[in-house]
Amino acid sequence: MLDIATLLGAGLLQAFEPLNLMMIFIGCLAGLFIGAMPGLGSVNGVAILLPVTFLVPPTAAIIFLAALYYGAMYGGAVSSITLGIPGASTAVATVFDGRPMAQQGKADQALTAAAVASFIGGTISVILFTLFAPPLAVFALKFGPQEEFALMVLAFATFIGLGGDDIPKTIFSILLGLVMAAVGFDIISGQPRLIFFDFVELQRGIGFLVLAIGIYGIGEMLWTLENSRGKVRIHAVSTTWKSFKKNLSHIREYLPTTALGSALGFFVGTLPAAGATPASLMSYGLAKTFAKDPDSFGKGNVSGVAAPEAANNAASTGSMLPMITLGIPGSPTTAILLGGMIIWGLRPGPLLFTDRPDFVWGLIGSMYVANFVTVALNLALIPLFVRVLAMPFTILTPIIFILCFVGVFATTDRMFDVWLMLILGLGGYLMRKLNYPVAPAVLAIVLGPLAEQSLRQSLISSRGDVMTFFERPISLTCMLLALALMIYPIWLGIRRRRAGAARGPE
Amino acid sequence: MKYLKTLMASALAVVVSAPVALADWQPRKPVEFIIMAGTGGGADQIARLLQGLIEQKGLSSRPFIPINKPGGSGAEALRYMQDKAGDDHTVMMTLNSFYTTPIIQEDLGVDVTQFTPIGLMAMDTFLLWVHTDRDDITDLDSYVDAVKGAGLDWKVGGTGSGQEDSVLTAMMEAAFDYEVTYIPFPGGGTVAKNLIGKQIDSTVNNPSEQLAFYEAGDSKPLVQFTGERMAAFPDVPTAKELGVNIEYYMQRSVNGPPGMSAEAVEFYTNLFQTLFDSAEWQEFCVSDGLTCDGMLNGADLANFHASQVEAHKKLIAQVGAGAITGE
Repeated sequence: MLDIATLLGAGLLQAFEPLNLMMIFIGCLAGLFIGAMPGLGSVNGVAILLPVTFLVPPTAAIIFLAALYYGAMYGGAVSSITLGIPGASTAVATVFDGRPMAQQGKADQALTAAAVASFIGGTISVILFTLFAPPLAVFALKFGPQEEFALMVLAFATFIGLGGDDIPKTIFSILLGLVMAAVGFDIISGQPRLIFFDFVELQRGIGFLVLAIGIYGIGEMLWTLENSRGKVRIHAVSTTWKSFKKNLSHIREYLPTTALGSALGFFVGTLPAAGATPASLMSYGLAKTFAKDPDSFGKGNVSGVAAPEAANNAASTGSMLPMITLGIPGSPTTAILLGGMIIWGLRPGPLLFTDRPDFVWGLIGSMYVANFVTVALNLALIPLFVRVLAMPFTILTPIIFILCFVGVFATTDRMFDVWLMLILGLGGYLMRKLNYPVAPAVLAIVLGPLAEQSLRQSLISSRGDVMTFFERPISLTCMLLALALMIYPIWLGIRRRRAGAARGPE
Repeated sequence: MKYLKTLMASALAVVVSAPVALADWQPRKPVEFIIMAGTGGGADQIARLLQGLIEQKGLSSRPFIPINKPGGSGAEALRYMQDKAGDDHTVMMTLNSFYTTPIIQEDLGVDVTQFTPIGLMAMDTFLLWVHTDRDDITDLDSYVDAVKGAGLDWKVGGTGSGQEDSVLTAMMEAAFDYEVTYIPFPGGGTVAKNLIGKQIDSTVNNPSEQLAFYEAGDSKPLVQFTGERMAAFPDVPTAKELGVNIEYYMQRSVNGPPGMSAEAVEFYTNLFQTLFDSAEWQEFCVSDGLTCDGMLNGADLANFHASQVEAHKKLIAQVGAGAITGE
């Protein structure tokens, strides 16, 4: 324990060195804007700015890239809330409630909640990282395919068990997402499958961002256009010091979900192959399931913004863990960081902690500092971000459409995906009109491939025996939790109906 | 005023130095550096090292962006490259699935001999690894005994049906007359993690994928499938020394899509030659057990690919495509 304190102290001192501090500041600021641009996420940001890091020592370099990574996690929320387009895949869940809040003129409150929750998520997870990194690495090793699959089932359960929504419609939406996730190459045999209309382009599968931007950018815009019928509504947002203090006072409302989301996000982030996107979606699902007023989610509940934001920042810290201790990146962004480390002459793996404590602890120290810097920057920039909403609707709408096109084309570089986005957007609009929830479909397309792979690996390894999921302690626990989560809303429904019946007709 | 001077001086420096650094053809936008395998694996590590060196040495005016496309044992990446025919801003880091995947998946519609060869960076090697805790396994004989004792409960982890490690696993099954359960993972790094976590029993990972765990004492090599013992593993016998005729290598070459323009090919060939000759790359070759004797390119590499495709067709016919895909 004392060891950790000394090492962390040294790490913090290192983070406060002028060069490193500057790196943190620039990284956070750059990340904030990169994350806020639709289609440009932390992956591109880190890849493009990797060369900058060759000018400085390795510790400063990783600090810079890690700061960029956090900054992008914060920034993703900005376009999710103000424009309704997810800035990055990790910020999709933030749209669910962030967009309605902005439409109600509460954009500043949503942005404040996102920043504060991100800060809490980042800080909780870096504390967990500091205290438990080596033992957690050992725990991550216990996660085989069976455990991964059980965790995915748990994630799906959080979405089926969404109290207010129509359960059959939710299941339909999940299945629709799973079908779309299955398009492309079979992960095990490598054969192409579900290539609709023989479009060769579909062999690459349906990109997650294509779906998310289509549904939330195009679909929601169509929906808003139809509902407002051209009547311009300007979302008056005041950004005075008084309103800022008032926004901060809302913290009590979302503190519990934030804490839960942070722990969950960190844990999911530490598992190789999962990453921040599933973490934020799961956190949203859990927040809604356990809320007192699940019906208000998706309609502008501040907890619905805080939960995914806390989780995605926590997960971004968490995904550093398998990278540093095992040399296996937990997310696409950390994969690029890993490449950087190899260049700097560091071999990530079990020995890094002992061989290069200066590097590892410098990085950990910088995580603490970066969290403070980003939250300060973010809160300071909120007045600027909400200016976007002051634009007349007739100007804002075309801008959003253009950003959708550019965002999709920038990520995949194919016109086909732009058309696909438009079609999916239309589909999303129809689902919305028919009152189908779209969030479960988005969840399914993210988790589908992960779930399929781990399911098939497990079944190959057990030679087809399904009981394998119930024979291992961790996977059994996840499975039972999942089962409980699925039954919980049904039980709740029955109880409500009984209570209603007992009260009798009035 | 002083700032203005500095600014002008640095602007001038850029103008002066630019023509020297620029070849005739330069990428006009970021170059997609496709990796036909998952993160943490050998191809991934190499591609990311090369990408970093390109940036560090300022070899390209536009960044190289590594993109993993591990789906379907590299089928996803191959199909992607095929569709990028004529594109000058996409190159791919390949491995042996470059040969095996199109042979096994006939309807993929990819002919790799049509791709544009750029440079053969290295030949990689294979070792047989088990967890260090397996005290009952000390050499090849005790390994074979353990596998035979476990039967189909013996789990070998690899990077996908039709990938080189599944070919090697099938070759071992044929040589030792046993059968194992082969579990595909998205990359060599994940395989290594699952071996250390005891989710699988053995693997034939490349040295670079296993090295960190070997050094930490978590996994041990039993045999190397090379002609001679590698400098990095002087105490590990080769299969041939033990009387088992298996020698198998993995090519690590960079290739472009079909129909890349001649100017672009020249640019990329020069770029990878510079990387190949760099001290950093040569050091990596030694530490990670790669053979880097000189970079094949152009027609030589095309011939090499053609002969490897033939060799793999024979190999697959010998062990049977079913043995590799596990059907």
